[in-house]
Amino acid sequence: MFKAAIHVTLKKSVLDPQGKTVLHALDGLGFKEAKDLRCGKYFELTLDASSRQNAEEHVRKMCDKVLINPVIEEYSFSIEEGK
Amino acid sequence: MKAAVVVFPGSNCDTDCFHALRDVMKTPVEFVWHKERAFPKVDLVVLPGGFSYGDYLRTGAIARFSPVMESVKQHAAHGRYLLGICNGFQILLEAGLLPGAMLRNKSLSFVCKHVWLKVENTQTGFTKNMKKGEVLCVPIAHGEGNYYCDNETLRELQGTNRIVFRYTSEKGESGEAFNPNGSVDDIAGLMNEKGNVLGMMPHPERASERILAGEAVVADGSEDGRKIWESLLESL
Repeated sequence: MFKAAIHVTLKKSVLDPQGKTVLHALDGLGFKEAKDLRCGKYFELTLDASSRQNAEEHVRKMCDKVLINPVIEEYSFSIEEGK
Repeated sequence: MKAAVVVFPGSNCDTDCFHALRDVMKTPVEFVWHKERAFPKVDLVVLPGGFSYGDYLRTGAIARFSPVMESVKQHAAHGRYLLGICNGFQILLEAGLLPGAMLRNKSLSFVCKHVWLKVENTQTGFTKNMKKGEVLCVPIAHGEGNYYCDNETLRELQGTNRIVFRYTSEKGESGEAFNPNGSVDDIAGLMNEKGNVLGMMPHPERASERILAGEAVVADGSEDGRKIWESLLESL
């Protein structure tokens, strides 16, 4: 078994009004050190795979096919081997 | 004309579309459940508005993998008419039948109101009964109708006359104040290259009878949405 942690964010070229609003709220609360904020999604996926490399292939396929929309989003992930 | 309205779990404008086609336009129409693989031979398929699969993951992202979508794609590939309204438009984008994607409304709010739409292209089966530059009054109701595409795609859409409706003022003027969701280039509806697939955020089925109001915007209500059905009837 493997555990994948998948992070999805809007592409840098895509405006993120939610992120802007949250940043504005932080600023209003006095967190002046907050300079930029992007909202995203996080998936925690447990999967069967024969090896770490195999698990990576599966995750990439799932991301490209359904988990993200490549027109507006980009993703990164890390994989941990579980018991 | 024969029409079919696809029903996904979470569709909520399916009955409205069915009513507009059957009772208002006197057109034979049937519902097709999303699990159907056998698809009736019809001239028009409508993907209705709603919240298919609860909008989970992304709007339309799960619905595009419904069994019925293979038949819907074939229907479109044969050059027959396919109309995606609101969530139906979002599904067309996720399915790759139209380019681009939807983002959350710029205001982050769900917007439910009548808007003005300028008809930009009348050389389509969906708009042939309209006049170029005509302004229609049709309601919108969505939280994610902020259409986005990259610059290259936008230039292509503009250059090939595929932007069918734009948000404007009542007089047809463009401006940020008249764009309810932040859509790029004020896009409210666009079509594919062949011109047989149209996606639009506004709801023509909710403006097909005067009794369904719009009085807040136009004194005697609006039935401008009918013009789409009338155009289709005339095209077929």
